[in-house]
Amino acid sequence: MHNFITYYLGTGIFGSLLSSLLPLLWILPYVLLCVWLELKVSAHMQDRLGPMRTGRWHGWAQPIADMLKLLQKEDVIPTAADKFLFVLAPILVFVGGYAAYAAIPFSPAFIGANLNVGIFYIIAVSAIVVIGILMAGWASNNKWSLLGAMRTAAQLVSYEIPASLAILAVVMVVGSLSLQDICDAQSGWLWNWMIFSKFPFMFITFFIYFVASLAEANRTPFDIPEAESELVAGYHTEYSGMRFAIFYLTEYSNMFVVSAIASILFFGGWNSPFGTFMSGPIWGVFWLLSKGMFFVFVQMWLRWTLPRFRVDQLMYLSWKVLTPFALVNIFAVGLWMVLRG
Amino acid sequence: MAELRTEQMVLNMGPQHPSTHGVLRIELVVDGEVVVDAIPHIGYLHRCFEKHAEAMNYQQVVPYCDRMDYLSSMNNDLGYVLAVEKLLNIQVPERVEYIRVIMAELQRIASHLVAIGTYGLDIGAFTPFLYCFRDREMVLDLFEMTCGARLLYNYMWPGGLSHDIPPGFVEKTKAFIKHFRPTIKEVNDLLSYNEIFVKRTANVGVLPADVAINYGASGPTLRGSGVKWDLRKDDPYSVYHKFDWDVVVGTGEMGTLGDCWDRYMVKVWEMEQSLRIIEQAIDNIPEGNVQAAIPKRVRPPVGEVYVRSETPRGELGYYIISDGSQNPYRVKARAPSFVNLSLLPEISRGYLIADMIAIIGSVDIVLGDVDR
Amino acid sequence: MNANEIHDKIKSQFLEGVVEFKPDAVVEPFIVVRPDLVREISRFISEDPEVKFDYLMSLSGVDFNDGNLGVVYHLYSMEKRHRIVLKVKVPKDKPEVPSVESIWKTANWHEREAFDLFGIMFLDHPDLRRILLPDDWEGYPLRKDYKVQEYYQGMKVPY
Repeated sequence: MHNFITYYLGTGIFGSLLSSLLPLLWILPYVLLCVWLELKVSAHMQDRLGPMRTGRWHGWAQPIADMLKLLQKEDVIPTAADKFLFVLAPILVFVGGYAAYAAIPFSPAFIGANLNVGIFYIIAVSAIVVIGILMAGWASNNKWSLLGAMRTAAQLVSYEIPASLAILAVVMVVGSLSLQDICDAQSGWLWNWMIFSKFPFMFITFFIYFVASLAEANRTPFDIPEAESELVAGYHTEYSGMRFAIFYLTEYSNMFVVSAIASILFFGGWNSPFGTFMSGPIWGVFWLLSKGMFFVFVQMWLRWTLPRFRVDQLMYLSWKVLTPFALVNIFAVGLWMVLRG
Repeated sequence: MAELRTEQMVLNMGPQHPSTHGVLRIELVVDGEVVVDAIPHIGYLHRCFEKHAEAMNYQQVVPYCDRMDYLSSMNNDLGYVLAVEKLLNIQVPERVEYIRVIMAELQRIASHLVAIGTYGLDIGAFTPFLYCFRDREMVLDLFEMTCGARLLYNYMWPGGLSHDIPPGFVEKTKAFIKHFRPTIKEVNDLLSYNEIFVKRTANVGVLPADVAINYGASGPTLRGSGVKWDLRKDDPYSVYHKFDWDVVVGTGEMGTLGDCWDRYMVKVWEMEQSLRIIEQAIDNIPEGNVQAAIPKRVRPPVGEVYVRSETPRGELGYYIISDGSQNPYRVKARAPSFVNLSLLPEISRGYLIADMIAIIGSVDIVLGDVDR
Repeated sequence: MNANEIHDKIKSQFLEGVVEFKPDAVVEPFIVVRPDLVREISRFISEDPEVKFDYLMSLSGVDFNDGNLGVVYHLYSMEKRHRIVLKVKVPKDKPEVPSVESIWKTANWHEREAFDLFGIMFLDHPDLRRILLPDDWEGYPLRKDYKVQEYYQGMKVPY
């Protein structure tokens, strides 16, 4: 599709702009679906029904109604806020989350930008989110927001390290930073997936990555930056209406990014689990999305099951547990590769 | 390198904050995230119960007692009517006593369910909260079928009850007990012994027993510190002495004795004990007329009385002075939440802001009770 | 120990301290003590190994409506399992009572409440501020001669 657009419209400003909007085709319906799913998943885990009225069938239109409500809300900017930063912050946060989609291979044929440093690029642009959140917290001129922003900065920076180290182990095995290459390396059957290679080290790698990615997406049990019962809502306390919706959107789109990366790195990406059966460019999209959605579901599952860590325990987990384990793990994988090829 | 200069920050927690369990404002002096001092400011919900009570006759005060600690209205009423009956020196029928105990214990379960559920919510676990509320609904249904109200009952009157228990109440209560026992286990599996939950609550907000007594703490807050003290056993009232049950105390199982986890766990196991009491009482309710002993006019002799009873939150004392007229001369309610809250600064210094949430929740206050 | 023994105990230590003792009062006996000695008496009965009142159940202010305000202390001993009621009476125009906060911390908030609602001044209290009412409220509502203020910050009070 990307090729299709560039073919007809060229790589000029218009074509680039249009092709850069492509991920929205997925993100917007996905976020709506995800909001609805979160409502329903949480409801069924908690012995209730969740939305049942809006749109008749199991309240499917609830997220649309919510979105419309948010669109109509008054745009409130606190008087004492730093107006420029306050407005800029949600945009920056969104950009960080959105830019990551450029390098995600949805299928063998569809990738925004087939960079040879794809995974590196994703890690790099995701870091912009930290700046956006710090900005939001600072600009709100609210002590709770500031605390939330500080926590976020500490948390995201800390968890980049185990996450990157975990990714590094995969990159070592594949020998490439390109996500397409990583997917290609796992083609074939279920047991060719990265998670089953170098048993059990890749399994540990996956676990480290998944825990760290939960923290990066600010999901429970690591949702302390926005811990609603402690910091009210953390860095987005003062945001309302559409600006709040952008934070919300980014959170859900980040959930998918980390899930997609997990499935690309460890679960074959767009590869079908059944060899060549049900594989190909179109099926590839199906497989990647369903694998990604599965991990999104796991994240919801954890959220509605687990309590929240405390900020010092969170740091402890990152620096004293995950990071050393990730380092030892890289060493072990390297040793394996040297000894067994 | 020169020492970096740091400043303390004053943080207002509340009166609108999701974890203060009502309109409580705590002035937190923090150094980074470490709490240096916590000063509670109360009174946002003050309705001057004591002044109201002076303007009414004895029976009319009961609904106001309901509204003090709105999560345990039955226990509040019970304390008040016990005080008035002691002042009047009247004996109520056995049947009334049994029904009162059953209601008080059901209310205790309902109240502890709120405490446990919202405590999970404070720590970040949302799901146990709804499980707790689901079962609380069943208790409220029992109350509703008895007296028509779900929150504020006006059920216990000086000398009797507003209604006898309706047909089907006994069966429904038994069904509830059968349903509820496994729920306690469920809550324990999901929340109490959850690794993260234990990490958040154990060794946090440690309250030594002698400090607790000096501050006049009572109820689960006191028992969490390992003091075996329950008015139902140690200063028995109504017919509690007839039943076989145990006082639950904190053990320091997960950390230090008297930490948040202990205070929390006492509430969980108390529900089990309440079930035991109800089980014994429900089968042995004597026959009788629940309104037989209700006096036509309540006119106690000149005198005064201080009667205390064990509510889910601790010792609720009513100090009533009678001048011989139809209205009480003075009613003072010694509210358990009020006293328990006063020790908050003592146990929160040096912990993190996130721990403050755990500590406030574990002390289990109801602001209606604090402010009256 | 019963009330008589506790009374004798206090009397033996503070001969002048006890103003009145009512063993036959309706429902509960009480001891009225001299206000200026209440802290010393409290300290004595909280520390004496035979009585050991370590638990202040309640501290209430009372308006006796005879020109006197009072403070009532309900005490309990967790160790000895006995109780007693202490009372002090102070004139309304100079309602000063020594604080017992240093003995029982419970008294801190209870005394603030009594100050708030009765206007009883507790001497040497570390933090004697209004607790339930707003800081700028006028008058002491639980006094029998209390007249509610007409306006509070522009809001009409009696409705």
